[in-house]
Amino acid sequence: MKYALLIYSDPSVEATPEEQAQIMEDYYKFTASISERGINLGGEALDGVDTATTVRVRNNETLTTDGPFAETKEVLGGFYLIDVADLDEAIAVAAELPGSWHGSVEVRPLWDWENAQQAQ
Amino acid sequence: MTSRGRETIERVFRNEYGRVVASLIRQVGDFELAEDAVQDAVTSALTAWPETGVPRNPGAWLTTTARRKAIDRIRRQANYEKKLAQLEYQTRQEELADKGEDVDSQVRDDQLRLIFTCCHPALALEAQVALTLKTLGGLSTAEIAKGFLTNEATMAQRIVRAKRKIKNAGIPYRVPADDQLPDRIAAVLAVVYLIFNEGYFASSGDNIVRHELCTDAIRLGQAVSDLMPDEADALGLNALLRFNHARRDARTRDGRVVLLEDQDRSLWHRDEIDSASALLDRAIRLERPGPYQIQAAIAALHAAADNFADTDWQQILLLYDRLVEMSPGPVVALNRAVAVAMAQGPDKGLLELDHIAAELDGYAWFHSTRGELLRRLGRYEEATLSFRRAIDLTENTSAAELLENRITMVG
Repeated sequence: MKYALLIYSDPSVEATPEEQAQIMEDYYKFTASISERGINLGGEALDGVDTATTVRVRNNETLTTDGPFAETKEVLGGFYLIDVADLDEAIAVAAELPGSWHGSVEVRPLWDWENAQQAQ
Repeated sequence: MTSRGRETIERVFRNEYGRVVASLIRQVGDFELAEDAVQDAVTSALTAWPETGVPRNPGAWLTTTARRKAIDRIRRQANYEKKLAQLEYQTRQEELADKGEDVDSQVRDDQLRLIFTCCHPALALEAQVALTLKTLGGLSTAEIAKGFLTNEATMAQRIVRAKRKIKNAGIPYRVPADDQLPDRIAAVLAVVYLIFNEGYFASSGDNIVRHELCTDAIRLGQAVSDLMPDEADALGLNALLRFNHARRDARTRDGRVVLLEDQDRSLWHRDEIDSASALLDRAIRLERPGPYQIQAAIAALHAAADNFADTDWQQILLLYDRLVEMSPGPVVALNRAVAVAMAQGPDKGLLELDHIAAELDGYAWFHSTRGELLRRLGRYEEATLSFRRAIDLTENTSAAELLENRITMVG
């Protein structure tokens, strides 16, 4: 099954350069490890939430606003896509993700198009 | 059909339901389809059995029929060929295997897998409880709703949502890996314990005890223990539930709760206490102590005392010391404070309560305990304040009445 691991963190927590280097190192190791196991479908880190723009189309009009709307403390900072057997494995992988040691990781199954069509 | 005949058939359904559903879920890999198919089989049984009589092995009859019904249902779906071929192959294998001896162990494995699925930490606790009662306990949605004082529609929705999550999020049907097993077993036992406690100290409503939930929990606890016979704390939990349940006739009088110290101990079910003791002995012999065994040992000491004053409070306090080490938390500390008060005096108990006052400020039992210790020390005005606070916090009318009585005593 395919899952998205959505990494949330609090951008107001600032890391020292040493801590930053350590975090990069941890992510590098994590990525290498899941690639080696053949479960890595890709992933990206996102630039800061202060660079974000939110788009809504209402009545054929495109509305743009600065930043995300939600007032939550933790914001989406990046994601991985993985392919594993079941939720237990996905949870185990999420626990290896450095993002879960500092912030939190949301584990979401990808929408299953094949099953959705069958159900119709 | 005679009403007795119908009762027999209903009892058979309740006993077999959990096992049949567990085995169907393994075979079709889908909660909803499995339950629908079992429901179809039950409908068939209601027509067939009054004519033919209840078959010698009703569980096998229901499983076989449900499997056929599942095949019928899959046939009606689009894109069914692959699924169907797989299931038909499996059916042939199963039917061959059914003739062998391994059926019981297969059934046990199916149920074991299913209970870990139902008690998966990715599901909300209320959903774990509801699913466990439904699939392993064989309770109807209406019965579960009644047990937890919600309406049937809310409960039905909770169960549907949980099943959808199991399917769509890929919660597996299997016994967890060894490194996860201790945590996951603890989660299963916690669900059983929660069901029992909801019956034992009904947190809201007019009755202080809801016996059906207690007996359901005992039945589930026994099933879990049968599935994992070497799990010491599963035995410990079983012993604990039985020790507590054995006091049921003494715990209420005219619909009012009777505290341990005022209970008529001749009403305790001695045979059940004996069976609880035997379970606890078996658990202890496995030499893997756990929190439920400790609590069961405390219950055993209460059961062994002829009256409240003769209780071995020193020993109970030692057990609480171990329990606090094993599963620290304010509620355990509250119970320990009571033991301290009994072993060393109410003033010492009161000091212990001070440590947890902030954490348990919203907890009715904390304030009623505090009130009781203050009462024993003759500090009646403070005691009244604590009892009042406890009354404000409890939603159970019977418990509130008991506290009102306490206030009258100190007033």
